[in-house]
Amino acid sequence: MSSYLVLAGGLSPERDVSLRSGRRVAEALRTASGVEVIEADVDASLIEILHKHRPACVIPVLHGAAGEDGALRDVLTSLNLPFVGAKGASARLAFDKPVAKNLLSRAGVATPAVLALPHATFRELGAGGLLTGIREYLGLPIMVKPASGGSALGASVVRTAADFPSAMVGAFAYSEIAMMEQYVKGTEVAISVLETHEGVIALPAVEIVPESGIYDYNSRYTAGSTEFFVPARLSKDLAAECARIAVLAHEVLGLRDWSRTDLIIDEAGTPWFLETNAAPGMTETSLYPQALHAAGLNLGDITNVLVQQAIARG
Amino acid sequence: MQASEIRALFAVASRPEVVSLAGGMPFVQALNMEMMADTVSKLLMERGATALQYGSGQGDVMLREQILDVMAEVKVTAHPDDIIVTTGSQMALDLVTRVFCDPGDVVLVEAPSYVGALGVFRAYECDVIHVAMDDEGLNPEALSEAIAKLGTEGRKAKMIYTIPSFHNPAGITQSQERRTRILQIAKSAGILLLEDDPYGLLGFEGEPPAAIRSQDEEGVIYLGSFSKTIASGLRVGWAVAPHGVREKLVLAAESAVLCPSNYSQLTISEYLATQPWREQIKIFRELYRERRDALLDSLDQLMPAGTTWTKPAGGFYSWVTLPDGLDATAMLPRAVQQLVAYVPGTGFYIDGQGRQNMRLSYCYPEPERIREGVRRLAGVIEGELEIAATFGTSSALRNSSGTNVPAPDLA
Repeated sequence: MSSYLVLAGGLSPERDVSLRSGRRVAEALRTASGVEVIEADVDASLIEILHKHRPACVIPVLHGAAGEDGALRDVLTSLNLPFVGAKGASARLAFDKPVAKNLLSRAGVATPAVLALPHATFRELGAGGLLTGIREYLGLPIMVKPASGGSALGASVVRTAADFPSAMVGAFAYSEIAMMEQYVKGTEVAISVLETHEGVIALPAVEIVPESGIYDYNSRYTAGSTEFFVPARLSKDLAAECARIAVLAHEVLGLRDWSRTDLIIDEAGTPWFLETNAAPGMTETSLYPQALHAAGLNLGDITNVLVQQAIARG
Repeated sequence: MQASEIRALFAVASRPEVVSLAGGMPFVQALNMEMMADTVSKLLMERGATALQYGSGQGDVMLREQILDVMAEVKVTAHPDDIIVTTGSQMALDLVTRVFCDPGDVVLVEAPSYVGALGVFRAYECDVIHVAMDDEGLNPEALSEAIAKLGTEGRKAKMIYTIPSFHNPAGITQSQERRTRILQIAKSAGILLLEDDPYGLLGFEGEPPAAIRSQDEEGVIYLGSFSKTIASGLRVGWAVAPHGVREKLVLAAESAVLCPSNYSQLTISEYLATQPWREQIKIFRELYRERRDALLDSLDQLMPAGTTWTKPAGGFYSWVTLPDGLDATAMLPRAVQQLVAYVPGTGFYIDGQGRQNMRLSYCYPEPERIREGVRRLAGVIEGELEIAATFGTSSALRNSSGTNVPAPDLA
């Protein structure tokens, strides 16, 4: 019997998260499918491994560049290997947060105002005047983050003008383009989306209450440092609206199989679109597995369903 | 940036594309593995039942006698009964702190200091106070001042923790005069001196520096290790302590681990008895000297103006100070993306100092890789200077917390 191959690791700053996600998915899939599941990193030996094993399906569980920017998915396409998750072009749309926000905004979803600028613009035009203008345009506080990449790496909240330059330096350490986003105060929820032959469905929303008040890297991956409510403590209507937005995002961005959309619900009850992940985290503290659990589903079984689906579409 | 975020970046540093100047792994590949295999084989064939059995809590008697020969290199004399063998000298650090320190007790340490020691002192809730260093190591005036200041507060330090030779992370070695002064200050204040000497035999010039313990038997606890001279994986270190203290250390050791690994101890013992260990140390010295030269030469050639670094005469590390306005912690993601890794300076302080510093290690990568790593690092620093110039940041003052250094198995 042919094998499946879980791809995890890579060179991104989210390597560690990806490795943890990958181990978890591989183990769950092994149990659920009874098929041999190989785990591989993205390195110089990958193409050889893919040729040698010729897996029946590849499951990329890569976060950050190469995994989510679509490149690796295009490689799999070129090798005619079925894989779980979005195609390269769609993953790329979701990976570029300002682009994804624009697409969702056009589809009628509220999303915080955003500006995205490369370092070169600040260098050429002068940072002082630009930052003042941006501050006046967006109003404090401002969320600063790398335009791509996940796990809140390089992200920070600017509450005073004095915080702004160092927040920019922090974001540029991770990405060539930094985005500055209107800060919306409210409840953070994550809606996992599952696409099977029965259609695209939203799983129960997960509400995120980080102990520190900010859902940063530490809050994400340190067990016990964030409280989760599954399903989120939302009215029936609001929960349905969040689910609608997440399914819409999945479709507007052209994603496949699985995705996770992060929203923030302001005090007036409006959900704002923040981002969609084409390769949601699958670690022991991650949101997607929690949503599956709340829906009475099992990560291994679902991954196996998606694998069969990927094989069927070829 | 938080500790967990920094540890995540070190996960990338373990990839082969990345030149890691971050870890502190000794280059054990330089050991003659055939000889090691013979040693282990002979041990098991001749003394297998002993090697695989429990041993004494204080450590194997024959090994303790052999340790005297090793310490003779740094002029330390002792009785075998004054020695307690431990699971790496890290365990000796833990035992000494457990025996001596109660929560709130003051420990004086160098600025910067060994992260593993800071972790132990933190775990026992000690009040750690950094004392400035200069080109010759721990500064005696600063030490006296710190002791005097504590006196005015009605407090007295329990220990002074120092790494006199080839300091980790500072790459500095105390002169003999400096050692004498530090010892005098400690003795006249009645404070125990904890001397950590894992790199003492790995000097690149002349004789190994005589340890502080060679000048005084009562006021100093000496920590030694085979991790850098033989093999870190065997986890064998030791402490030399005055009789009364040693008894307590043995009891504490027995309650922690019953006894250190007999197998590891007898492997070391067999190796010391049958192999040319002094020759092997010479091989290590030469190897590390060549790598130190590769690091210093390429730093000289490539580092942007305003960057300075220490010039170690032994050991594994150089301590780099970045140009004004740069923050080594904030810069780490950029470095990792450019496939070079270092340890940001903040990990070597308990109080947030060290933002402008980084530790570079030259022990593990080959000289060519070191040069490539420095070339990449120079590019990273130049990029960061450009960003800092654009934003006029005096430094990216982002919060840092925890022990932000790599795990021991990072190259």
